Amino acid sequence: MSTQAAQEGDLAAVIGLEVHVQLETATKIFCGCSTEPTEEPNTNVCPVCLGLPGALPVLNEGAVEAAVKVGKAIDADIPEETRFHRKNYYYPDLPKNFQITQYDEPICRDGELEVSVEGERRTVRIRRAHLEEDPGSLQHVGGGIDSATHTRVNYNRAGTPLMEIVTKPDFRRPAEARAFLAKLEEVLEYLGVFDSQRDGSLRVDANLSIIPEDEIDDEGAISEETLADANRTEVKNISSHKGAETALAYEETRQKNLIRRGKGVQQETRHFNETHGSTVSMRSKEEEKDYRYFEEADLPPLQVSDWKERIPIPELPDARRERFEEEYGLDDESASKLTSTKQVADFYEDVAESFDPDLAATWVADNLLGELNYRDMQITDVEGRLDEFTRLVELVADDEITTKNAEEIVLRRMLDEGEQPDDIVEAEGLGKTGEDEVAQAVTEAIDENPEAVADYEDGDDGAINFLVGQVMGKTGGSADPGTVNGLLREELDD
Amino acid sequence: MSIFISEETVEGADDGPLAGTTVAVKDNISTEGVRTTCGSAMLEDYVPPYDATVVERLKDAGADIVGKTNMDEFGMGTTTETSAFGATENPVADGRVPGGSSGGSAAAVAAGEADLALGSDTGGSVRCPAAFCGVVGIKPTYGLVSRYGLVAYANSLEQIGPFGSTVEEAAALLDVIAGPDERDATTRKEGADSDYAAAADGDVDGLSIGVPTELVEGADEGVVETFYDALDQLEAQGATTHEVSLESVEYAVQAYYVIAMSEASSNLARFDGVRYGHSGGYDGNWNEVFGRAREEGFGAEVKRRVLLGTYALSAGYHDKYYKQAQDARAWVKQDFDEALSEADVLASPTMPVPPMELGESLSDPLKMYLADANTVPVNLADLPAISVPAGETDGLPVGLQLVGPAFGEETIIRAASALD
Repeated sequence: MSTQAAQEGDLAAVIGLEVHVQLETATKIFCGCSTEPTEEPNTNVCPVCLGLPGALPVLNEGAVEAAVKVGKAIDADIPEETRFHRKNYYYPDLPKNFQITQYDEPICRDGELEVSVEGERRTVRIRRAHLEEDPGSLQHVGGGIDSATHTRVNYNRAGTPLMEIVTKPDFRRPAEARAFLAKLEEVLEYLGVFDSQRDGSLRVDANLSIIPEDEIDDEGAISEETLADANRTEVKNISSHKGAETALAYEETRQKNLIRRGKGVQQETRHFNETHGSTVSMRSKEEEKDYRYFEEADLPPLQVSDWKERIPIPELPDARRERFEEEYGLDDESASKLTSTKQVADFYEDVAESFDPDLAATWVADNLLGELNYRDMQITDVEGRLDEFTRLVELVADDEITTKNAEEIVLRRMLDEGEQPDDIVEAEGLGKTGEDEVAQAVTEAIDENPEAVADYEDGDDGAINFLVGQVMGKTGGSADPGTVNGLLREELDD
Repeated sequence: MSIFISEETVEGADDGPLAGTTVAVKDNISTEGVRTTCGSAMLEDYVPPYDATVVERLKDAGADIVGKTNMDEFGMGTTTETSAFGATENPVADGRVPGGSSGGSAAAVAAGEADLALGSDTGGSVRCPAAFCGVVGIKPTYGLVSRYGLVAYANSLEQIGPFGSTVEEAAALLDVIAGPDERDATTRKEGADSDYAAAADGDVDGLSIGVPTELVEGADEGVVETFYDALDQLEAQGATTHEVSLESVEYAVQAYYVIAMSEASSNLARFDGVRYGHSGGYDGNWNEVFGRAREEGFGAEVKRRVLLGTYALSAGYHDKYYKQAQDARAWVKQDFDEALSEADVLASPTMPVPPMELGESLSDPLKMYLADANTVPVNLADLPAISVPAGETDGLPVGLQLVGPAFGEETIIRAASALD
């Protein structure tokens, strides 16, 4: 960092991510043990994932298929053959004291992912994505990692397939990194290879360095030299999108302050303290790690040249969003909301098939997602009840209940009490049967008399009497004028 | 001085090709419920919860396992003297070593303690003790026999192999253990329907035998004499011999030890005392505890090889040692392929020396490593080889090694059986 740049204060952050995602396969990557999380420690284990003497890994091709799907989704190069290496290091959660991973022949190379940040679309380049085995997990008893009296090891997680996705340093702001993680998760879930609800299914190492802003050229590119000159820190093991943004924002401020005060940034690994939203140095002295990579002879190279063609992937969120705009005539905002997860999009398409796409969009994007969000629920929480929601939209579409009642009473009770829509309608007497004629007349009177409606809305309360008269005429005087008055006001005040 | 580390009987199925046969199993092959020590204090009390594939196949074939045999610690040795449980004496040569590292298995067959035995061969660990104890030992082609359950020393080099008093008996045991295994991804379909025992018909008429001069030149005089006497017998039965040159073998021992030690440094990393094996206790941080377990659990030869292997894989040395050794390995393979394109089998003395005296080589590891000169190239080349008794020099057994093309077990078995 030149002093001049420091004085000018024109500093920019350069951010890169290493994202570890657990791939959703039924069994582990090198043995037949289940990957399903269980409460009881050390039960989903066998000689292979415990690293017992003599046990050998056998590759679960399902994990490779999942990785190829990811490769296709990020438009990566997939090699003719892929192989595994051993990464040698000692750690108590690592059963063999080496991790089987990929080194110089990763399953994916040179991909990209388009991200939307505050309305602006950006392409993030992905350097590589490779497969590896997850270690076990440690439980520190009686304190944190530094103060615990002892530590327990649980190998249930050991051998869960992991994909490590490494981006190029293409982010300038922490918010961009967060948007990337959200988009990546969305794509992975679309592919059906990832479960974001699973604890620890996504872990992020985020690196950040500060460079003089004028080193970024008009294209947004930064020279290798500039990147090499800047000391960077890596914040390890962040477990959420928000955490990544917070940690990076903290690092950006911390490093800029150091530079502005004329102090250098130490190249080091840091730990994210989620409670305080801060980062702390993990090692007093940054030592060069030597993992002594070498080929894993127990796993012969796997030919994957035709896998990219052989393995199909579903329509991805961006393509689906564009199709929703074209096919259903939705605006960008609705289409984006409706394609935010595969489940939402699938549900929308189910509903839109039977009803007007606009009505379906309103119900799914605004009403359902809004109420779910308010309750901190996900579409996956009501996935098994999609038929009931379709029925609710049907009741509205067929005009059997009012929109207002559908939203404010039926939908809410469905979510809060878990009741069926028809049961709620009956219990609450919301059915329009009998009142249909009157309600119909009210709607017609409003539609046919825009001037009176406008007058009423301008504050001329007398205009309501004119409208009541119109409804009475239409119903042959059979309606109760008081009820009609109330109904008119309800509709007009809405 | 014991042949067995654990003398426990495991009965096999009532019938099968090996019904009524007793088999001794090297103590680095996992046996469910019977401790498997690898000749190491590290695993003195380790009892595997599962059977190696070869053990399952033995049991299914009706064999009775009579015990787990002594061996150099984790297979690291040529004399069975690095065992944490003491040395084994050669049953046919008083005061001499039985060879190694599968010395207990060869000795069990030579002493009549078992009809057959299983060993493992990483750089000659079946063929060397077979030669020293005057029995037959086979190192199969890499990928013919499942390694599932074999405690790894150098996993890219080693195979489990059979011992027998005759070529036919050893071949019959190979028939039982050979063939693909879904738990070992390096096994191949070859060997699935083998009948190696039937190949032991002694017919060498028209067999072309190449003799690599580099593997004869450095050998002890008496060994060379016995070797050529045996070749004469084969020629008398219709075989022809010609000299071949394997220039690459000059580098084989160095390359072998770099690769074997590198792999060992990684394979033996799991022995940290957390899940099984000798514990380093619970005081101090985990690094100290791991270090204590390994300091106390491993013997000197194991420590030497793990340290050298770690060094060879380290940044800055990886290219100079590990990568060069891999290049040499490729060269050795190519050399053997070429020699075997002009000969059906290659013949040499199995060991350049007769069995050493007990205690003689422990203090000089380099001398011990060099004794492997004729056997290690075969592991580098992934090829099959057999050691068959060739005769004696000064009353000490000499073995003849025959090397065949990949999955050419029938050919070497047929040739060797002519010397039975």
